[in-house]
Amino acid sequence: MTTDVLKERHRRWEVRQRTGARKETDMLIQKDVVILSIESSCDETAAAVTVNGRQVLSNEISSQIDIHTLYGGVVPEIASRKHIERMNQVIREAMRTAGKTFCDLDAVAVTAGPGLVGALLTGISEAKAVAFASGLPLIGVHHIEGHISANYIADKTLEPPFACLVVSGGHTNLVRVKGYGEYELLGTTRDDAAGEAFDKVARAIGLGYPGGPKIDRAAKDGNPEAIRFPRGKVEGSEFDFSFSGIKSSVLNYLNTCDMKGEKVDVNDVAASFQEAVVDVLVDHTMAAARLCGLDRIALAGGVASNSALRGRMKAACERENIAFFCPPPVLCTDNAAMIGCAAYYEFLKGRESGLDLNAVPGLKLGESLYGTEAGA
Amino acid sequence: MKILAVETSGKACSTALVEDGRILGEYSLNCGRATSCSLVPMMDELKRMTELDLHTIDAVALTAGPGSFTGIRIGAATAKGLGLALEKPLIPVPTLDALAFNLYGTGESLLCPMLDARRGQVYTGLYESPAGSAFRTVHAQCLQEVAETAEELNTAGRSVIFLGDGSDAYRDTIADSVHVPYCFAPAHLSKQRAASVAALAMQYYLAQGEKCFADPDAFRPEYLRLSQAERRREAGADMSMTVRRQ
Repeated sequence: MTTDVLKERHRRWEVRQRTGARKETDMLIQKDVVILSIESSCDETAAAVTVNGRQVLSNEISSQIDIHTLYGGVVPEIASRKHIERMNQVIREAMRTAGKTFCDLDAVAVTAGPGLVGALLTGISEAKAVAFASGLPLIGVHHIEGHISANYIADKTLEPPFACLVVSGGHTNLVRVKGYGEYELLGTTRDDAAGEAFDKVARAIGLGYPGGPKIDRAAKDGNPEAIRFPRGKVEGSEFDFSFSGIKSSVLNYLNTCDMKGEKVDVNDVAASFQEAVVDVLVDHTMAAARLCGLDRIALAGGVASNSALRGRMKAACERENIAFFCPPPVLCTDNAAMIGCAAYYEFLKGRESGLDLNAVPGLKLGESLYGTEAGA
Repeated sequence: MKILAVETSGKACSTALVEDGRILGEYSLNCGRATSCSLVPMMDELKRMTELDLHTIDAVALTAGPGSFTGIRIGAATAKGLGLALEKPLIPVPTLDALAFNLYGTGESLLCPMLDARRGQVYTGLYESPAGSAFRTVHAQCLQEVAETAEELNTAGRSVIFLGDGSDAYRDTIADSVHVPYCFAPAHLSKQRAASVAALAMQYYLAQGEKCFADPDAFRPEYLRLSQAERRREAGADMSMTVRRQ
């Protein structure tokens, strides 16, 4: 690092510590905002360098999927151990690919929740140390807001407001994005997350882990109308989801076949189950967009890579003249570029986390890491 | 030689700055506040009070484990992040060695640091530091039943000084099973401290030079215990018990 840049930065650091806020001038003298972002909320160790939120210079992801497959799902303690082994290499590679040094950065961002607490803490501790050592602001980021922000990277023209369906192994949220960093949660799951239902059903029909891609593949050779599984509704809250009913009825179906000695067509079960889940996801999202008068719908999260969900949502949007957005799979899975993008909009609002930032494993959408002033 | 040290293997959280033989500053907390919230703010305070330019340090020393899984990872991730951003090496120190080093020069007694590993087990080791000769490891740190440690001490037949939170947790077991003269270290010597970590790291450096350095990228903590899922898997138990997806 050049000494001048460092001295200036540490001077500003002292000012920030004293005044408790970043000076406006601090932001005005920046032309481009370069952010190093770190994500370790589940089983991907990831780091990225982004410029002004939407331009991705690097997006490194080190997946642990192989080891967790041995256990049929993510084992939190193993995930945390793997994160610490890979973290430096992943950050170093992200910086190298971006052609940047720590001197070129304007902030360090990190996922603070929701996620696995031990996994989150490795990323948070690493990010704090890098920010502290480089005299940079630290920006804690909401993981689900990150997923939504992946859409800003994928389509540079997208701006709020829009409706967004966030579906992954741990989350199912139907969100009204009112502005940058402003979210209203319209619906969420009452039991299993959508991706969790895929994992459980995949295990029951012998496809194994991870369930999402395996069911997607098997469903392509199956008949989605072979078996009619229920479409879960939540009484009294039209945008909430329930997937445990669909999952149970798949298990009942398998049991019944077993007792009757009938052979189960795995592809048909996969296709029919997927059809039931996708039906509910698409119906709820379209209804929400209609009710809120939104003419844009975006998908986000790991399950947004599901080909049936993408296809059906796109077709439904076309029928109703709604613009459809969906990030490519690399931005749907957990990644750090999306965290950098969400952090950029926090940065523009002058938000900065303290060095006492802690993991918030149960953080909900609409809850802010920056206290009540953030609003919703 | 300037060393910044972190110690987060237990409930206490500690950081220290040492230059050659002098401890410029040490900041320790053992008040129940989460290590994740306190470690870097404490380092920031230490930096301010000692007017430290972070780029002038030569290495970051840390307890390499064992200890609380999450605790040692917070220290390790912090040290690795500092090493990465400052381009400095790490000096890993075994947790129990650093803890026993609190009692440097205590004479003929064996030193028995213990960290509570739950389930009737402790992370422990045996050390001695007789006057006039070097601090020495008698039995390297390991995970064992308290009864095994007691048996070993009885066989050795020497007096013992216990320290660490494991010796508090298993005080009754020790009273029942240890038959040699023993005592417990007082509170100010009984807990892990970053100044001990830094002082021991400095000894490594004086004895071995740069051979004691570890690459911050390659460094991984020493847990001395597999995760529960791995233990079950090795035991051939039902793997579906461990599944959780967030």
